[in-house]
Amino acid sequence: MGVGIEVSNLNAWYGTNHTLQDINLHIPANQATALIGPSGCGKSTFVRCLNRMHETNPIAKVTGSVHIGDIDIYNDASPVEIRRRIGMVFQRPNPFPTMSIYDNVASGLRLNGFRNRRALDEIVERSLKHAALFDEVKDDLKKKSGASLSGGQQQRLCIARALAVDPEVLLMDEPASALDPVSTAKIEDLIFQLKSQYTIVIVTHNMQQAARVAERTGFFLNGKLVEFDSTHKIFTNPGDKRTEDYITGRFG
Amino acid sequence: MMRLRFHKSLDDLKEKLLVVAGMAEQSIQRAVEAYRTRDLSICDLVDRSELAINRMEREIDQMALDLLAMEQPMAIDLRFILAVIKINADVERVGDSAVNITERVRDLQAYPVADLPVDIPRMANLAAEMVRKALQSFIEADAKMAESVLSMDDSVDKLNETMHYALLNVMREQPQYTPQALNALVIARSLERVADHATNIAEDVIFWVQGFDVRHHMSVSDGTNG
Repeated sequence: MGVGIEVSNLNAWYGTNHTLQDINLHIPANQATALIGPSGCGKSTFVRCLNRMHETNPIAKVTGSVHIGDIDIYNDASPVEIRRRIGMVFQRPNPFPTMSIYDNVASGLRLNGFRNRRALDEIVERSLKHAALFDEVKDDLKKKSGASLSGGQQQRLCIARALAVDPEVLLMDEPASALDPVSTAKIEDLIFQLKSQYTIVIVTHNMQQAARVAERTGFFLNGKLVEFDSTHKIFTNPGDKRTEDYITGRFG
Repeated sequence: MMRLRFHKSLDDLKEKLLVVAGMAEQSIQRAVEAYRTRDLSICDLVDRSELAINRMEREIDQMALDLLAMEQPMAIDLRFILAVIKINADVERVGDSAVNITERVRDLQAYPVADLPVDIPRMANLAAEMVRKALQSFIEADAKMAESVLSMDDSVDKLNETMHYALLNVMREQPQYTPQALNALVIARSLERVADHATNIAEDVIFWVQGFDVRHHMSVSDGTNG
């Protein structure tokens, strides 16, 4: 099951650049939360702070706290443990190109020392089913490489790979921006289905997509969270003029 | 991400709606003038305007539909286009009401002038004032002005009710004037409908500007906006 995320006084820097300023928000469990905002507003940095990827950059710094469920991710757990609990899917599908479809999905578990082959078969199948990909690849699981799939299939493969380690949260950074409309629709349907089991945070430039898949939406601007509310409110009658200017294209 | 072309299209849509709304308002004025003077040439003007209003109604709906499909508007722009579609329908109905009045005027030609105890021009002025004010609030995106239209509707309703009983009385006590009274009754009813359309327009302006649905006596403070 998904868990809620509590972010308090989160600040992030790249060198001297203060990219996130005093972010406070509660991301509810088992819902999709969309983050929107212009390029460079800090939304991607924000999701990278949620799984401690931001700090992998040597000039980056983070202060404040992030609780995923009961766990204070900056104090109670290692980055490796955190990333097992928080899966991430990126803008460009990035399957391991030399691995088969099966091995791609199994890679996370194998890295964690999982060796039970029968259980592994089951998890791979279940993960591919959850990612709505199984029926399309079931005959080629070990024959074809992940890279041989179409873009949309590769992205769902990456989602299956993220799901295989049984995370509680799924972070998606522009997961459909490199996909055609049909593949995009599949990813969006998938997000809808996955909500019942995972907490989903999705960064997107596509506002219609945010409106379609997310219960809540946050608008970032210049490193600050300007507005965070129900998606319905944000897209029909936002409370902040800056949000309205952005979503109606009166911005800049 | 400035959407200049899109926002120019919204301005064009607004301008077009104002043109047709102005025509509908003028038709009401003309129809009542025709009633007052029994001048059938004015009735012809109203009928001709009705054709133009109908044509523009379709054009405006098509423009709004295109913008919804092509531009996927959000927030205040989305509310604006929804408001335009609804105001457009109300404006067309105002035009219909004008034609209903001219039909009565034509019918009245067959009967002598009767001195009825009702002030149709006064009611027409009130209804037209409501339409004008609703449109002004639309031009200026002024929700306060739109709210003032809502409160005017009660006086038109009361006037209509008073006229209703006065004309009923005429039919009872001076049955020779029944056709004239009946026509005046229908005209009063048409004007009352015009006031209702003005009210709808004002409600749509409030929805566009503030995002609140105030229809059916819901007030802004009812928190109808989720």
